[in-house]
Amino acid sequence: MADPTVRLTIDGTSVEVPKGTMLIEAAKQAGVVVPHYCYHPSLPSPAVCRMCLVEVEKLPKMVPACVTPAGDGQVVHVHSPAAQKAREGVLEFLLINHPLDCPICDQAGECELQDFVFQEGQAGTRYADYPKRYNPVEDFGPDVLYIPNRCILCTRCVRFMDHVAETPVLTVAERGDRAFIGIDPAHRLDHPWSGNVVDLCPVGSLVSKDFLHKARAWDLDKTASICPGCTQGCNIMIDTRDDVVVRLRPRPNLDVNRHFMCDTGRADYRWMNRGDRQETPLVAREGALHPVEWDAAIATLAREVEATAGRTVLLVGRRSSCEAIGWAMRLLEGRDVLATMAVPMGDTAPLAGIPDLALRAERAPNLEGARRLGASARWVDALEMVPEADLVLMLDAELSDADAATIAGAARVIHLTTVADPRLGRPLAVLPVTTMAEETGVFVNRDGRAQRFLPARTPPGMARPAWSVLAAAWAEGAPERRAPSTAAEAFAMLEPFGGLTHRDLGFGGRTVPAPAGVA
Amino acid sequence: MGWPHPIHPGETPVLSTHFGDPEARTHAGWVARGGYAALRQALAMTPEAIVEEVKASGLRGRGGAGFPTGMKWSFMPKDDGKPHYLCCNADESEPGTFKDREILRWTPHALIEGCAIACLGIRAETCYIFVRGEYTEPADILEAAVAEAYAAGTLGADALGSGRRLDVIVHRGAGAYICGEETALMNAIEGKRGNPRIKPPFPAVAGLFGMPTTINNVETLAAVPHILVRGAAWYAGLSRSSPKSTGTKLISVCGHVRRPGTYEITMGLPMDELIFDLCGGMHDGRSLKAVIPGGSSVPILTAAEVAGCPTDYEGIAAAGSLLGSGGMIVMDDSTDMVFQIMRLARFYAHESCAQCTNCREGTAWTTRILERILRGEGSPSDLDLLLDIADNMTGRTICVLSDSCATPVISGIRKFRGEFDAYLSGDRAPALVEA
Repeated sequence: MADPTVRLTIDGTSVEVPKGTMLIEAAKQAGVVVPHYCYHPSLPSPAVCRMCLVEVEKLPKMVPACVTPAGDGQVVHVHSPAAQKAREGVLEFLLINHPLDCPICDQAGECELQDFVFQEGQAGTRYADYPKRYNPVEDFGPDVLYIPNRCILCTRCVRFMDHVAETPVLTVAERGDRAFIGIDPAHRLDHPWSGNVVDLCPVGSLVSKDFLHKARAWDLDKTASICPGCTQGCNIMIDTRDDVVVRLRPRPNLDVNRHFMCDTGRADYRWMNRGDRQETPLVAREGALHPVEWDAAIATLAREVEATAGRTVLLVGRRSSCEAIGWAMRLLEGRDVLATMAVPMGDTAPLAGIPDLALRAERAPNLEGARRLGASARWVDALEMVPEADLVLMLDAELSDADAATIAGAARVIHLTTVADPRLGRPLAVLPVTTMAEETGVFVNRDGRAQRFLPARTPPGMARPAWSVLAAAWAEGAPERRAPSTAAEAFAMLEPFGGLTHRDLGFGGRTVPAPAGVA
Repeated sequence: MGWPHPIHPGETPVLSTHFGDPEARTHAGWVARGGYAALRQALAMTPEAIVEEVKASGLRGRGGAGFPTGMKWSFMPKDDGKPHYLCCNADESEPGTFKDREILRWTPHALIEGCAIACLGIRAETCYIFVRGEYTEPADILEAAVAEAYAAGTLGADALGSGRRLDVIVHRGAGAYICGEETALMNAIEGKRGNPRIKPPFPAVAGLFGMPTTINNVETLAAVPHILVRGAAWYAGLSRSSPKSTGTKLISVCGHVRRPGTYEITMGLPMDELIFDLCGGMHDGRSLKAVIPGGSSVPILTAAEVAGCPTDYEGIAAAGSLLGSGGMIVMDDSTDMVFQIMRLARFYAHESCAQCTNCREGTAWTTRILERILRGEGSPSDLDLLLDIADNMTGRTICVLSDSCATPVISGIRKFRGEFDAYLSGDRAPALVEA
């Protein structure tokens, strides 16, 4: 039986929502945003900001939409004169002690106080002649500063630490208009997920030290992506300014990471901006590597693969996409291949209040994708095979010095890479490829969920996505072969995904059933 | 008894009979005065019968809201398998209110007995008495009385030999007015910050520790033993006016009267009789200007409105205010109403828990404007501004602290506008305002 629903009217639009839905969420269904500060869909609602008061016909008082369940037959007014006046009043109260230092505030441009004041606040204030509340900036944690003067006491940060991180180090200190967010003097805000309080803060009161004064929000380009940090696969936004990645932020996905990401993932973006990238294809000729056009480079790759009689060892980097791994496997199809992914290991850090959400030990976002595509050998086993291998094909794998020395001794090495590695001696070819931040692709997370990421910045020089290099080489192998021209096509042609397309995955991803025989 | 004054013939001593009698504080002394007979009686009754008796008495909550006590008790679920709790609100912090203090000081066993009976009525075995932090002497006396009651076997695992468990725990507050709000009080007992909770759920569904809870005022619970012993009809008959206001009420009168104190009156005694007869009236050469009849959060009454007003729930409501807690603040013609209203606003600004925006910012802003007017720096638009802020503070927040701050401002400006205008026009010299 279907769950019971209720039907109600919100600002003239009739909607049907599951019983128990709060008015604020029901209003979203009706296309109405109820302005709010303390409410957050991933936190318990305290109903303290009083911004979301709405009129419900037949009720004597306005009610907070965040904690009032939708009732059958209710007629709700969000934009009635009374509700609007109530919000105007709250905004005026909030601005009494808010400094209006927007020109130097990191939040400006993505500030909910700015937005709602602009939308329906008053141009002036009647709070004349008085100084605003002043408290000094506090250093809360490794990446969090608290600027109490901007604080509107919505308590999202306190509730995140209490109920989600389950590490209650923040609280409301003092009372009345002297109140501010206090931190347990014996603790720092250094929980591995504490950076989320910066995102949760609706104003610029909790700011990231890393992002401090780096960019104005309106100068940022935002790209939907997947965190490349671990097998969890948190959905993220890559924010760039002038092609430089300046921060990573979580992108809501209720099935994977809700509204959160860990601090390790958040900080893991500097490599995306590396300046020492391999920008030109190089091919070995007469004892030295020479720059060549892509056609020549791809022909070399195709020829060398064709010339391989013995075993090929395929070493895949931890951030390689399904498209890259899949097309490497197809290029090597019919040959003796031992394929593996380099998986660095680290500490795990669960987010206590959210089931199945943690920084995972395996720091490889596409480990499950690699397994499903056949790159499932153990790294150490594959490395042992390198000295006897006929060809070592490398897909931007990160190497220890010992591994690099082993590979340098191999007979034939082809290196598809983002950064040249002088430790490898002289490979047959060094082919510049894009990072995951510069290409479209799919990662499969630990739960088998295939999720897309999009290019956030321009690839340097002649770098191309690895899949396109590998597919082009594959097409050289027979006249009837036609290489895919987009990542979407490249993905759709991968057999383990049963014809799923990028479009099917959408922006929320989709769980791909594990084929028989793949654990 | 108009403690600390001798009994006045206009009073009806029931709860206050033993005020001033130190022996009544002791367990033996209380039993000698007929104490704990009601509890013994209640132990032989069903919870339903206890609730019905209290319902029939017409007893209403003496903390301020005046909700019918028996009906509140009847909201408690039956056979739900959960522990039930009783909370006694002894966080008497409303400016002008000090009537519970006298019960705690002089007849602590009356309260303990009332708590025990109420526990039986609501199927609870534990009662928490939350005592205002500043009430150190009353809390010491209460704690001593509770210890005695345990030692005598009146409380404990086998209360009065009934085989039933009754526990009373005294919990001292830390001095926050907001902890007198019932759900903030529960948070405080739970060891949390004393912030009011969103209702629903109401305490009878999920109160203390998330369990069904009834919360009653000290005076309400202290009246219960009398109702059981002398009967609901007797109690209901103690009314001079509306049948909806029954029994006696402790009124703590402070301010410009000759005999400030705690008076026990039957409901409906005319307010001017209370002020001019029982309390001895104004000092020489002074006349009555205004009365805040029920604790600082109710609307101010003018002298004209006081005349002929029955002191009961309906009578004071008809005059435009509320009986509230029965904390009566009397002001004579020497009173600067603007200053008094500023003092009240400053109190609420100090005590706001800071949860709701309207209260946190509105109480402080209101105070600053009133201070500005008193300094002679106000502008003519300030009164409209105060009224608009008050409107934005009324009916918009989780609890009524915000409304309580707005109430005296609204009634003060409406009824004493001339005094505000005198400051605004410069006709009156600026009053000294500290800070």
